[in-house]
Amino acid sequence: MGINYMRAIQARYENLGYTPYRWFVADSAPPWTALTKPLAQSRLGLLSTSGAYALGQSAYHYKDDVSIRALPSTTAESDLRFSHITENYLVDARRDPNCILPLAQLRALRQEGAIGELADSVFSCMGGVYSQRRVREEMAPALLEACRAQKVDCALLVAM
Amino acid sequence: MCHQTVCLVARHLEANGIPTLCLGSALDIFSAGRPPRASFLDYPLGHSAGKPFAPVDQLSIVRAALAGFEQITTPGGITRLVNEWGDDDWRAEARATQGQDTRQARDETPQFQFPSDRAAALASGAIRA
Repeated sequence: MGINYMRAIQARYENLGYTPYRWFVADSAPPWTALTKPLAQSRLGLLSTSGAYALGQSAYHYKDDVSIRALPSTTAESDLRFSHITENYLVDARRDPNCILPLAQLRALRQEGAIGELADSVFSCMGGVYSQRRVREEMAPALLEACRAQKVDCALLVAM
Repeated sequence: MCHQTVCLVARHLEANGIPTLCLGSALDIFSAGRPPRASFLDYPLGHSAGKPFAPVDQLSIVRAALAGFEQITTPGGITRLVNEWGDDDWRAEARATQGQDTRQARDETPQFQFPSDRAAALASGAIRA
């Protein structure tokens, strides 16, 4: 059974004297768009919220940074970097980026034909943003535009 | 927090015509945030695509997660991946309700992994001195 993170984090912060955080709880059914073709014929986009950036790009800042990075899907693992407000979860990703940004795995799945194509650029952001309004109004629209520019048929979103 | 962010982003992309699938390790946050399709992997945070240096584990996770695009037919459906971390030592810390704030300071300047990354970003014009 999974960990109840919302309850644990809430209690931890309460014990530190912080005001309770109001987690997002959906009050409506999820929207739905059906796939128009099988995954094996689709162009797949990728988003990682791990704070990944490529050497030569700016890192993220830690105060509700809603900026996004486009990384070539061919980026060498040695050029991948991470910055995230919860840096404690990055120990393994900084040794092997594939445990949070599965580029090698997606390339392998494209090679074997399980997915049709992988987008030329994949996207990353620093998902530790407390303002749900800023995610909705700034980050999500920017990612929609970026996914459209990459002409993806569907997208895999990997949470950290 | 990252899981909440992907829920919000997935709902936005999906509402605008792009099918999405979220992969993560916080089932409660996915259940509350209700993204259109999700895959839950019962691993410690920071390993949503597998254990480090374990390509067989990583590939099986990504493959099984992506199968959700065709398996999930009801909005809000969540598949549970069968992969197991191997030990439960991490769970006590993840569940802890006492402890220090492990987050970094909420600094408003780019927090590079290595000092040399700043030089590379300056050289490419991504940031200014």
